[in-house]
Amino acid sequence: MRKKMNSISKIASAGKRGDKVRSDCFIQMELKKRGGLKSSIISKVNVMYGETINDLLLEMCDHFGIENAEIFIEDYGALPFTIAARFESAYKKLMSQDTREFLLPFSKSNKQSTTKDRLRRSRLYLPGNEPKFYPNAGLHKPDGMILDLEDSVHPSEKENARYLVRNALRSVNFYKAERMVRINQLPMGLIDLRFVVPHHVNVILIPKVESAETVKIVDEEIQKIRDAYKIKYPIYLMPIIESALGIINAYEIASASHNICALTIGLEDYTADIGVERTNEGIESLFARCQVINAAKAAGVQAIDSVFSDFENLDALRLNTLQAKSIGFEGKGCIHPRQINVVHEVFASTQSEIEKALKIVDAFETANKQGLGVVALGNKMIDAPVVKRALRILELSNKK
Amino acid sequence: MKFIKNTANRLVPLQVNGQKLTPFKGVGNYIPKGKTASAKISSCTNFDPGGNKLVKSLKDALIKAGIKDGMTISTHHHLRNGDIVTNLLFDIIKGMGIKNIRWFPSASFPCHSHLIKYLEDGTIHHIEGSMNGPLGKFTSLGKMKGVGVLRSHGGRYQAIQDGDVHIDIAVIAAPSSDHFGNANGVNGKSACGGLGFALADSEYADKVIVVTDNLVPFPCVPWQIQGNNVDYVVQVDSLGDSSKIVSGTTEITKSPDRILIAEYIAEFMEAVGIIKDGFSFQAGAGGTSLAFIPFIKEKMKAKNVKASFVRGGSSKYLVELLEEGLTNYILDGQTFDLDGVRSMRDNPNHVMTSPFTSYNYHGKGNFASIIDAAILGATEVDLNFNANVVTHSDGYLLHGIGGWQNCLFSKCTILAIPSFRDRIPVIVDNVTTLCGPGELIDVVITERGIAINPRRKDLISAVNNSSLPIRTLKEIQQEVYEICGGVPMKPILDKKSVVAIVKWVDGTVLDSIYKVLG
Repeated sequence: MRKKMNSISKIASAGKRGDKVRSDCFIQMELKKRGGLKSSIISKVNVMYGETINDLLLEMCDHFGIENAEIFIEDYGALPFTIAARFESAYKKLMSQDTREFLLPFSKSNKQSTTKDRLRRSRLYLPGNEPKFYPNAGLHKPDGMILDLEDSVHPSEKENARYLVRNALRSVNFYKAERMVRINQLPMGLIDLRFVVPHHVNVILIPKVESAETVKIVDEEIQKIRDAYKIKYPIYLMPIIESALGIINAYEIASASHNICALTIGLEDYTADIGVERTNEGIESLFARCQVINAAKAAGVQAIDSVFSDFENLDALRLNTLQAKSIGFEGKGCIHPRQINVVHEVFASTQSEIEKALKIVDAFETANKQGLGVVALGNKMIDAPVVKRALRILELSNKK
Repeated sequence: MKFIKNTANRLVPLQVNGQKLTPFKGVGNYIPKGKTASAKISSCTNFDPGGNKLVKSLKDALIKAGIKDGMTISTHHHLRNGDIVTNLLFDIIKGMGIKNIRWFPSASFPCHSHLIKYLEDGTIHHIEGSMNGPLGKFTSLGKMKGVGVLRSHGGRYQAIQDGDVHIDIAVIAAPSSDHFGNANGVNGKSACGGLGFALADSEYADKVIVVTDNLVPFPCVPWQIQGNNVDYVVQVDSLGDSSKIVSGTTEITKSPDRILIAEYIAEFMEAVGIIKDGFSFQAGAGGTSLAFIPFIKEKMKAKNVKASFVRGGSSKYLVELLEEGLTNYILDGQTFDLDGVRSMRDNPNHVMTSPFTSYNYHGKGNFASIIDAAILGATEVDLNFNANVVTHSDGYLLHGIGGWQNCLFSKCTILAIPSFRDRIPVIVDNVTTLCGPGELIDVVITERGIAINPRRKDLISAVNNSSLPIRTLKEIQQEVYEICGGVPMKPILDKKSVVAIVKWVDGTVLDSIYKVLG
């Protein structure tokens, strides 16, 4: 390794710089043959954390065995997980064959597990390469938090975003939100998996799925990584269907793996694929959405709606979400934290739904206590799925 | 420089700029005796019987006013970042070779960084008023000849009224004036709303010069500034950049985190029972202090209640409350947008106030203590609820006090602040500069939780059954330290070198601001 390093002398950088940059940093690194370590740090928080930043830099140089280099950091108040990601990203551009990783301690709060059928009313998309959104995103209480490596990340930033997302999964507290990552389309998405699977991700979103085959490839790759890292926690899959062909194959996709927890639809790409404009009313995608719902239910997984992109219009979002709920969706993507409350309010159960559900659950529990195999409410028989739905209604309204 | 420890446990000098100082003695404990200042007797025989006080230029007016070295010259800040009159004024003073002026503005803005060269060359000796942005940095680096004095808006009125500061010449930029000097800020191309901050200057200064870019026939009404207090009127082409005087685009923050804080403010106010018929509150401009208004409005409509008055900082959001019948009055200290200007001009229930009516601590009562809730910001707050609004955690002076200290006397004072900015924790062990004693700060609302001052047992019990995220400052601080990577270091300050002092509302000295070494 040392020999190789000596033969290289080039400069790499990662991160962002400029007047508008916040909570990020720019790191430029030049590996040298001699001369020792030279670093210069310009930081907005120099008075408060200048020493800490320098310590982190030295620790990382030590970790990667960097002895001769010029390192320049322009810091706009980046948190440690961001500085570390930018450093490693710059370094790996110079030394791509170095497989060592610099991993910050795993925050205890981030080891929460998930279940296949937990509530997924809202999932908030966070652009993978924008660290400033990370630390407060969980405060808005989405059911799920998606760190996005796909469409919100510019192709030239894919590599940088991976280190950032990996570090965020370890360091950032997303509070109670389910921890999701949207990987890139295959084959790039398979590399993404190596950066996220070992770091307690709960759900992987697979974009632009058109066949069961894609899901199976992802599933197998995850299994390989699980075995290598001896991972015990469950990791679920949420395929996103975004094309006419995908819609045709919706059931095959939804049932491609027992790890699938939900099926969802991406309407920006779908409407482009069928050659129409996307509207707030959504008539043009009604067929596709119903198809996704039907396929999901047939496969026994959740059906989740697309995002609503007109994020300043919360009234339109409310109508759109009401429609989604009425045709069978159980959740919706959010691209702005202000959308979360609206989505939750719509998916919350109505008073009459709650009252009916309470009666059903009550009858079920009474029958159980009495050891009766058959549950009846009035003169109607109650099947297991009805009880399950009633329990979900109560969960949605926080009554149970 | 001799120091003494005041009752807030802060070292403060006994004298600056050759003036003796009284150290802070505790809230409400200092009651000065004696008489207020008064202006010299004038006689109308010395003025044109036709009422014409026009002089041909600001320079002429300054010469007639007897300008000389070492004088105190005041300006107001209603033109905000669009002001060019103050810069023009000091260009003229510099051209006349006058030195060592004490500049006494009601506030300063980044546009006044033009004056740094006059601070450097000795034209201006020091500033008593806010030292914002570049002026603050200049001061913090110890480059100002004298020591800066920071006062609240009410404290500025108190200082003039009590004779702590005697103004030799007041220069009042007025968007409308007649030749007698009756002036207002609601009409004309540079309309900025009220001119309340210039009231004391017009009443107590030896000489008063009104500068206008909109000379109207006598009488100029309403006369927010009375011509009977004015010596000279100067007509100029422009008072400044009207797009920066009122932006016309004061918009609610789009930051979801700040909107979350705003939502918590409204929910808190509802939970503790503040939102009821006849209540009152104070709002500001920008960020969170605008963003909570729509949430309050929603709750007022839902509960069918109406405010008796709201205090501003007026903007279109307060104007909407007035026009939709959700408040009886706006009591307006300064006007932030064109809707505010229009409303003040056209609606008799949108009332201009001055620091005398709203904030002066040495008056026969205090408007500020009548208000049910005030929502304020801060750069830092410590675990005892003491807060800082003038310096940042790196030690640099970056803001003025504004009406902040005065508003602390409301029945429920709420600091609405993010728990950290980028990587700068806002909840600290000790504030860099003490501007407001914790005993007057009731609640701190952050995006990570709401901390109630333990002194306010009534508020604590009122939120007992609410779903609000009530936490201690310590808990929020610990979480932020974990996010930011540990306890932040403190700036290195030269404790022997005081660059500015912070006055309390009663004129005593609350804290010192030191030269920043790194």
